[in-house]
Amino acid sequence: MTENEEKKLCAEALIISGVKPEKCMKCGKCSGACPSYDEMEYHPHQFVDMVSKGQIKKLMESASIYKCLSCFVCVERCPRNVMPANIIEAVRALQERPQGTDRLTPDEVKNILDDDTPQQLLMAAFRKYSR
Amino acid sequence: MEYDYYPGCTLKNKASHLDICARKAAEKLGAAMTEIPEWQCCGGVYPMAGNETAQKLPAVRALNEAKSRGRDLLCVCSACYHVLKSVNYDMANNATVITKANTYLENDPWYKGETRVLHYLEMLRDDIGFEKVKKCVEKPLTGKKIASYYGCLLLRPSKIMKFDNPENPSVMESLIKALGGEPVIDPFRNECCGGYVSAEDTELTEKKVRDIVESVKAHGGEMIVTACPLCMYNLKKYGDLPVKYFTELICEAFGIEVLEDD
Repeated sequence: MTENEEKKLCAEALIISGVKPEKCMKCGKCSGACPSYDEMEYHPHQFVDMVSKGQIKKLMESASIYKCLSCFVCVERCPRNVMPANIIEAVRALQERPQGTDRLTPDEVKNILDDDTPQQLLMAAFRKYSR
Repeated sequence: MEYDYYPGCTLKNKASHLDICARKAAEKLGAAMTEIPEWQCCGGVYPMAGNETAQKLPAVRALNEAKSRGRDLLCVCSACYHVLKSVNYDMANNATVITKANTYLENDPWYKGETRVLHYLEMLRDDIGFEKVKKCVEKPLTGKKIASYYGCLLLRPSKIMKFDNPENPSVMESLIKALGGEPVIDPFRNECCGGYVSAEDTELTEKKVRDIVESVKAHGGEMIVTACPLCMYNLKKYGDLPVKYFTELICEAFGIEVLEDD
């Protein structure tokens, strides 16, 4: 990925997410409240910061995008309405949208099924792991 | 009181008790729930990426259907409620989504977020009132120490959900009190259970559930109630406390019998 391509993807992430990183005052509440903090290489506040600096490649390649639970705690507690979860989702969407990048395929569903698996889990997983 | 009802996929299948008990209890409370015709799956999670309009259409169809009948749209499942209410917010506030969805669906007139989406718990609190709930109780849950588990979807983002205080909710505790039980308040009741991530990262889900269940136990809870089929699944799979849907609890206290294979 060239520097230019990376910048273009960052601009796209900002459009998709509707996030305005310049509103962030770097208080860290988002990451402090994140239930996946310990699991992440890059944390919610870093997603906001790095995308605004044109560094999206590292984020797209990191397992951190799959640790976000979309629980909206970071959105709830942000005093500046920055919506970090939305930028994580945008980075994830950009990673999953090109053909052949689905993280979950219909063939793999049998591996997550048990007698109690709710339909809600399958629907949510498909929406989150394939585009 | 008459409501249009959006049950959702899971309530027609694995979470059938959440649905059946909601209908039976509503009957006793004098609320009529009419299932809207030809509803489609909400998708389970709200499409957060701004340019995913197609994924929002099933919700828009249901919202517009309720509007055409002039009724409020009632949900029992936390996820359906979250998706419908979030999409409804877009349909009232996001010009791009409003234009794209209405143009594609050829809505005439355009749908612009007019329908009131409400959760069954809101119906109990705001429309019916817990005093009336109390009057329907035949077998009070006396001495039962019950912890409410709200999770994420009902509460956040509160700017859109406007369901309850996101940091200190009370609607389920009020319900438990009305049913004669003893609400147990524990600090993990609005923490995430791991949600859809249990599809691939069972370790992370297990960790989240353990924190929740241990916290309930430490605060003296003997049972957990939830409104979400996925929370139910995760809490049961990785925890060791009994978990019930809030509607099952209502039926139990109302003396309404629901068979195991109903």
